[in-house]
Amino acid sequence: MELICPAGTPSSLRTAVDAGADAVYCGFRNETNARNFPGLNFSPEELVEGVAYAHRHGAKVLVAINTFPRAGALELWRKAVDDAVAAGADALILCDIGLMAYTAETYPDIRLHVSVQAAAANPDAIRFYVERFNAKRVVLPRVLSVPEIAAITRATTCEVEVFVFGGLCVMAEGRCSLSSYATGLSPNMNGVCSPASHVAYEEASGTVTSRLGGFTINKFGKGEPAAYPTLCKGRFKTELSTGYIFEDPVSLDAATLLPGLRDAGVKALKIEGRQRSRAYIENVVRSFREALSALEEGRTIPAGMLLSMSEGQSNTLGAYRKTWR
Amino acid sequence: MKLTLGPVLYKWEPGAWRDFYFRIADEAPVDAVCIGEVVCSKRLPFFQDLLPEVMDRLGAAGKEVLLSSLAFVTLERERKQIASLARDADLLVEVNDITALTHMAGRPHTIGPYVNVYNEATLNWLVRNGTRRVCLPPELPASSVGALVKARPDVEVEVWAFGRIPLAISARCYHARLHKLTKDNCQFVCGKDPDGLAADTLDGQAFLAVNGVQTLSSSYANLIENLPDLASMGVASCRLSPQTCDMAAVSEVFRNVADGRLGPDEGRHALDLICDGVSFSNGFLKGAAGARYQTLVAAGSG
Repeated sequence: MELICPAGTPSSLRTAVDAGADAVYCGFRNETNARNFPGLNFSPEELVEGVAYAHRHGAKVLVAINTFPRAGALELWRKAVDDAVAAGADALILCDIGLMAYTAETYPDIRLHVSVQAAAANPDAIRFYVERFNAKRVVLPRVLSVPEIAAITRATTCEVEVFVFGGLCVMAEGRCSLSSYATGLSPNMNGVCSPASHVAYEEASGTVTSRLGGFTINKFGKGEPAAYPTLCKGRFKTELSTGYIFEDPVSLDAATLLPGLRDAGVKALKIEGRQRSRAYIENVVRSFREALSALEEGRTIPAGMLLSMSEGQSNTLGAYRKTWR
Repeated sequence: MKLTLGPVLYKWEPGAWRDFYFRIADEAPVDAVCIGEVVCSKRLPFFQDLLPEVMDRLGAAGKEVLLSSLAFVTLERERKQIASLARDADLLVEVNDITALTHMAGRPHTIGPYVNVYNEATLNWLVRNGTRRVCLPPELPASSVGALVKARPDVEVEVWAFGRIPLAISARCYHARLHKLTKDNCQFVCGKDPDGLAADTLDGQAFLAVNGVQTLSSSYANLIENLPDLASMGVASCRLSPQTCDMAAVSEVFRNVADGRLGPDEGRHALDLICDGVSFSNGFLKGAAGARYQTLVAAGSG
């Protein structure tokens, strides 16, 4: 299985490659990719250098152009495709049908990967992208169990990539407007979710309130660490109960499931976190490289090896465990 | 301006579901009606047998009937159901997930609000492959709606004009989770909340509504005051999404404002009364936070 690692910046690209990534994924410094955060991402020139560095060290570079182009502004997204191909990218990670059509027509030889933002969650949807745009790989949404993934790999010729570590979207990606409902900025259109520009913390009589776009997302008592107000990881009130109604503030760690994912026919494992530090990237990539070596040699993979790296210090197997539903 | 009644998104009692559509057939001035299960495939068996008589009644009343497909398809039985709907339906199918498009093979269909049509390149590709009309994703701003209409004046473009806004869909059932159940053993607890289960902020502010695997806005989208602008932009149709309020009356208000018999501000006031205190939103259309409502009526009036 290939190890696909996040590269939010040119220096974290080099860190990930040095730590044992088979491939890194990255995006341009604008709204054409789903991690359009301040201080992150690549200029076209930086991408050229990054691709050269990765290729010298035997690693691939996958370029994510995985937001939905704005009507009347297609040129920005097409230029991202042109620049990525010109830089020597090994594959493009796309979600928009129009942009896939442009790419398949203009660059029939570039490898096209279906982004998780396309929410292709079954063999028929995957077949659509394979038949229409010659897609070679699909990144599955983080809402499927291991047996379901195995059923998908059996039913498709398309390579399957799954997330194994990092932030956990509990909604089907590319189908979620929670962020823009509260802030006006969405993953699909702006490449951001619950953006920092709309976050506020307020402390009053020992309680810290976190808000997003003016909506209270959580409250924390004394000594309780105030987590970032990602909307779907907030605490809300219903007539039945009050709490984390969508998902606890947990982070995905599927390291112990690597044998199952391998047996399920998964081709590539993706680590989330282009917004993370170089130290984080180095630690996570090295750990997964070791885990994959252990797997190949038939050794046991230690559980919780990356616990300290996770959000809120707590991990989940997410939807890979069927009872998550 | 046409009016399209979207599919019922909640799990209603089968009898109530049927009677709702009978009343729509008899009393609601809508041009088209979408029916079918969009949110959770486990609900379909409850009203499947009622579909033919509802379709007949709506058709006899002169309504165009569309069959809406499931918005998120993960299970084997869901794939089979979608394949059969896409291949065998006598009526126009509203595609709500790419899965259904796979089976269309160029046959005419419409695109529902859950398929990501954000730009003219995607719209053009879809039209070349059999799409006849499109209900756009609710988060699109007016600038995008206008650009899409302009790019394809030959395609009917519809916007989400009334009702709670679908904001997210998952494989996890939040209704089941709140009842300490799992999706596979859900006991259909979503049926307890025919207008969605309120999920408020910890400060008690209305925010979201849970509907099984779907998360909706607490506010009802309401573009009644924007109708004249939408019409002049060339928008062909407004989608009214069923809530438990009087949808025949809601349709009547939209019809009257669209036809100029009622002013937009009067329409807003009428909807305030029908919806009995539910807050409205139209922020997405303005490119602002979707939860906002920007009124044209001066504060304090009405």
